[in-house]
Amino acid sequence: MDAIILQVLNGLDKGSAYALIALGLTLIFGTLGVVNFAHGALFMIGAFCAVTLSRILTLSHEVIDETRTDFLGNPLKVDVPYVYDIFGQATGDAIIDWAVPLSILFAIPVMILIGVVMERGLIKHFYKRPHADQILVTFGLAIVLQEIVKYYYGANPIPTPAPEAFTGSFDFGALIGMEANNIIYPYWRLVYFGFAAIVIGAVFAFLQFTTFGMVVRAGMADRETVGLLGINIDRRFTIMFGIAAAVAGLAGVMYTPINSPNYHMGMDFLVLSFVVVVVGGMGSLPGAVLAGFLLGILESFASMREVIDIIPGINQIIIYLVAIIILLTRPRGLMGRKGVMED
Amino acid sequence: MFGLDKKDTSLLILVAILTMLAPFILNPFPASSGLAQFNAGYPDLMQRFVIFGIFAIGFNILFGLTGYLSFGHAAFIGVGSYAAMWMFKLVGMNVLPALALSMVMSGLFAVVIGYISLRRSGIYFSILTLAFAMMSYALAYSVLATDMDGPDQQGLLQKGLTGGETGLQLTLQDPRVFGEQATADGNLPVPSLFGLEMRSSTELVMGDWVFTFSTGYYFCAVVMLLAFYLSIRIFRSPFGMMLRAIKSNQQRINYTGLNAKPYMLAAFVISGVYAGLAGGLMAAMDPLAGPERMFWTASGEVVLMTILGGVGTLIGPVLGAGLIKYMENILSKINSDILHTWFAFLPDGLEDFVVGMIYPFIGKGWHLTLGLIFMAVVIFLPGGLVEAGQRISRVFKGRKAPEGAKKSTTEPAE
Repeated sequence: MDAIILQVLNGLDKGSAYALIALGLTLIFGTLGVVNFAHGALFMIGAFCAVTLSRILTLSHEVIDETRTDFLGNPLKVDVPYVYDIFGQATGDAIIDWAVPLSILFAIPVMILIGVVMERGLIKHFYKRPHADQILVTFGLAIVLQEIVKYYYGANPIPTPAPEAFTGSFDFGALIGMEANNIIYPYWRLVYFGFAAIVIGAVFAFLQFTTFGMVVRAGMADRETVGLLGINIDRRFTIMFGIAAAVAGLAGVMYTPINSPNYHMGMDFLVLSFVVVVVGGMGSLPGAVLAGFLLGILESFASMREVIDIIPGINQIIIYLVAIIILLTRPRGLMGRKGVMED
Repeated sequence: MFGLDKKDTSLLILVAILTMLAPFILNPFPASSGLAQFNAGYPDLMQRFVIFGIFAIGFNILFGLTGYLSFGHAAFIGVGSYAAMWMFKLVGMNVLPALALSMVMSGLFAVVIGYISLRRSGIYFSILTLAFAMMSYALAYSVLATDMDGPDQQGLLQKGLTGGETGLQLTLQDPRVFGEQATADGNLPVPSLFGLEMRSSTELVMGDWVFTFSTGYYFCAVVMLLAFYLSIRIFRSPFGMMLRAIKSNQQRINYTGLNAKPYMLAAFVISGVYAGLAGGLMAAMDPLAGPERMFWTASGEVVLMTILGGVGTLIGPVLGAGLIKYMENILSKINSDILHTWFAFLPDGLEDFVVGMIYPFIGKGWHLTLGLIFMAVVIFLPGGLVEAGQRISRVFKGRKAPEGAKKSTTEPAE
């Protein structure tokens, strides 16, 4: 029982990341009909938004500290972040400590902007071209974005810690009244899961309960008719692209404490999130979320000692295996609509 | 000649001449001049040109003719490399049996993957091939690299079938039934063709120029010419026409009462065998095979090559492969110091500015240039370098040519 709960929990954080990226991917596919290979790059850019913000917050200037001296007896020069000057030391420290959660506020406008620019500048011209061309051009774009980030931030992973309050782990077993010390779980992963749930919920609520969302859903079902009704559906779809980019970016921002961001993290996640989208069903939003969590949990179960002993290496290939089986037996995916991209 | 029409024959002969004279052509700058770093005429790089040329030619048979975009072709390269390495370990250092096994193994592999993947088309096909390639990569990296000998034996399978992260290497303990275990002075033997060592080369010094003629390169070049000839034959054959028909309208094929599947599978297997051959040649040139050859970015690279050169054209993929490998090896070596010496004639501030502007695109940032060129090609020049060449030649020939070209490409009415 302990082991099962632990594996489910372990699967949740990866599953959340898959679900968020896949949600964005399938949102773009469902609205614009574009297969976006640059979506992993958006996830990566989101992560680097967090890096950037924490660098901005720690920008500092030199101040001569009269009370202390270096080993030669001269007054010591210390670096003081500008945040200290503005907010005072205690608040400043707290702000720097909370850089990653604060990056959410920073990342949303940045990512929406990047998404809108991407759609208007490039992807707009590829609606009428075959899917292969869309894959190719976004693949090229992914390389370019990745290299730009590599140029400015270097090739090494940049550690970006979570706020002090969320570092360390807690005893999940004791919390739900089971034997203590059996299920130890890091705080931040739980935060990540909660955050993912909120973002997913927000996207669904936005689509379900706002007029804007209603129009978008109508456009997904029948674009032409909505256009004929005199609604500028293209502009709304552009905004949806921006939102999808923001979702991927937020997934990246919050993922930084779990895995130090590097320039190729997007590519690593991209392949898997495509698999997730396909398993969930192209263009199906609940499908993407469901498949994301399902595959994340499945992956963590497959990496249990007992399972690996029976089938060695299963943890490495389980996701692909599931995808192959799904594609061959139920090509529209778990929750895909009948007739959408079935061949 | 060779069952080709006049135009194809001249193309084949042109390619043959270019590859045979490559050590001269790629070495245009004297060794002492500052431009010597642009010389690509050293064996290692030339071998890569032709090996990846083979890979891209094969990929083009699938993607160029049928329009099925595979994102997992690197798996066949890996299979070919491993197969060739096992032949070197078990049988002997002759390259021919090694290449034969790598082609057979990758062919079998392609039959299995192709049979399953081709049940879907479009983006699903891409993702299925991608999934298979990543599975092969993961397996080669982990499971197939575990000790299969049992704990007390120190034998062949001590590092598994693939050798894992370090890759599969030759050792002095390998049996090599039909060859020698070690050379007379106790070193590892090198791959050879009936005694002709792949690594041997002769140098020709002409004044300031040094031209290297490597056995390995010429062997690869001959194999590539054969592969190229075969691809021309495929392009011009009824089979090739069938594949093109599948690309333009698969539904209509089905309505005509033809089954497209066997043709697709044949094309997939042929391109898999080409990739396996390329993998085998890689192992023959440098006896080492690692799983990173199967990673999906490696599959992406061949896509880049084919698109850059020109999809569906005969010579395009070879050009694309050459261009990318040239950039990877030459452009990536230029650092900011070299740039500064080039622009030293400019005033200081301007020099720094120009260097600063160019620097992100070269050296370690060559991928950025590659990505930008690739995007530009996909957006503006779907025919790749070949189309660019055609457009330029049209400009020089005057305005008559385009009209004729337009007429000949008129689509049949739906």
